[in-house]
Amino acid sequence: MSALRDGSLLTGRELRHWARQPATPIFGTLFQIMLLLMFAFLFGGAIDLPGGGDYTSFLLPGMLALTMLFGLEGTMTAIGADTKKGITDRFRSMPISSAGVVLGRAGADLAVSVLNLVVLLIGGLLIGWRVTGGPGGALLAVLLLLWLRFAFLWVGIFLGLTFRSEGASMAVQILVWPLGFLSNAFVSPETMPGWIAAVSNVNPISATATAVRELFGNPTGATGGFFADNALALAVAWPLLLTLVFLPLSARAYRRLRS
Amino acid sequence: MTSPALEARALRKRFGTTAALDGFDLTVARGSVHGLLGPNGAGKSTAVRCLTTLARYDEGSAFVDGLDVALEGAAVRRRIGLVGQSAAVDEVLGGRENLVLFGRLSGLPKAAARSRADELLERFDLVDAATRAVSTYSGGMRRRLDIAASLLLRPAVLFLDEPTTGLDPRARNEVWRAVRDVVALGTTVLLTTQYLDEADQLADRISMLRAGRVIAEGTPEELKRRLGRDLLRVVVTEVGDLPRASAVLASIAGAEPVVDEAERSASVAVGSPTDALLKAARGLENVPLDDLGIRRPTLDEVFLTLTDTTTEVAA
Repeated sequence: MSALRDGSLLTGRELRHWARQPATPIFGTLFQIMLLLMFAFLFGGAIDLPGGGDYTSFLLPGMLALTMLFGLEGTMTAIGADTKKGITDRFRSMPISSAGVVLGRAGADLAVSVLNLVVLLIGGLLIGWRVTGGPGGALLAVLLLLWLRFAFLWVGIFLGLTFRSEGASMAVQILVWPLGFLSNAFVSPETMPGWIAAVSNVNPISATATAVRELFGNPTGATGGFFADNALALAVAWPLLLTLVFLPLSARAYRRLRS
Repeated sequence: MTSPALEARALRKRFGTTAALDGFDLTVARGSVHGLLGPNGAGKSTAVRCLTTLARYDEGSAFVDGLDVALEGAAVRRRIGLVGQSAAVDEVLGGRENLVLFGRLSGLPKAAARSRADELLERFDLVDAATRAVSTYSGGMRRRLDIAASLLLRPAVLFLDEPTTGLDPRARNEVWRAVRDVVALGTTVLLTTQYLDEADQLADRISMLRAGRVIAEGTPEELKRRLGRDLLRVVVTEVGDLPRASAVLASIAGAEPVVDEAERSASVAVGSPTDALLKAARGLENVPLDDLGIRRPTLDEVFLTLTDTTTEVAA
């Protein structure tokens, strides 16, 4: 119980940061909109979808999944900053459970992601993206996206606690790009050379993007195959696997602060 | 309540092959200020991290407020406050928001956290800046807020790890005043510092650390007396009297004084200062003097003697 209370207090801390420094969420949001418009209008015309369909409707779910990946940077930066400034040590010298500290991070980061999703969904609606599936499916799609974000949370906490130099966070900021592009977020793997297509297909982001496309009733850009047929199961399984690996690693990294 | 506020016995802590703590002993009486003094790498911060449950020690035992640090970590954390080397407060939030947040995280109900925050803002003279973002605070204000945040639960022991490192002299004075206020409330303080005058100003007792172990312990006066030698110094009015004065000093101390013609002074180390001073006063009766006195060694001299790794010190 006290962990939940601490978690909600620390989530509140993050929301206060937004109120005090609105530039950060505003520019984050503008960046997403820019990326959406750039792909929809600059590149979109040149991209043909296997299986047909409107590119904007294909793109938006991909952007949503990609945003979950980009959230990882925010987690890593926030964890790194608190550790560096001694705030993590202050928490650890106080009667707060470590579960509370983590729940606070989770709450704050999921709140950021919900904001990002809402902005992108509204932006998508404005440029012609539509949900043609049922409301139940749409809700499930949003939950799958947050499930993916939850998994990346543990990756971010692990990276933030383990690699604390400025260079490391810079490296992650750069590496999320190839990781994001080697997926079906922007382009269908069916149009890619063989081995790149294989990498893109196994990318957890692709599984979530395809599942979300199906649930929203948007074109998937896939004409068949294992990954398209099992997208929903993979969108549940991939984040679960990431969580199973990185949650214990994060816990270990947190304990290691004690060494 | 008869146990000391803080006790460590033969603590050992190893990082790889280097021993950060190598048989560290410490006893701090309730209500006192204890200084841990030593150069960088002597093990001061490691000692604090071990005593505040932030790091595990490999061997030995430690008690805070009678609680075993290794076994009762959660209870220990309720009885301590820690001010680390960097001001661990949220820069974006205001001072009051910080205190209320940390108070509530410490388990205080909302109303109690608020009134405690206001009380501490008042005490540490931060009322005017209470709603401003901490990023606009001066170094001294930030430290004071940091100390206030460590006192929310009225800890039995407050740990201050180099609280004035990197502060300008004015901010340093502000922090010293804050520490004295904390002590006046009856809180026991363990203070680490590299600054001798800081230990001299604030600490009731000092432990000097070298290579993870305490090499000398006592009140600042005891340490100066024990480890530094008093200096008998005379300043003559006429430089021509200097050889005569020097001879008198030599006969008292049994050693050749150091003579400085520009200062018209002669000085020599003496074993029993009062006795030497009386003898000098008698011996120099007919010589016009500007000054005659005993100069206590500074803590700096003691410190340098002790931390010079070539010196052997009998503990």
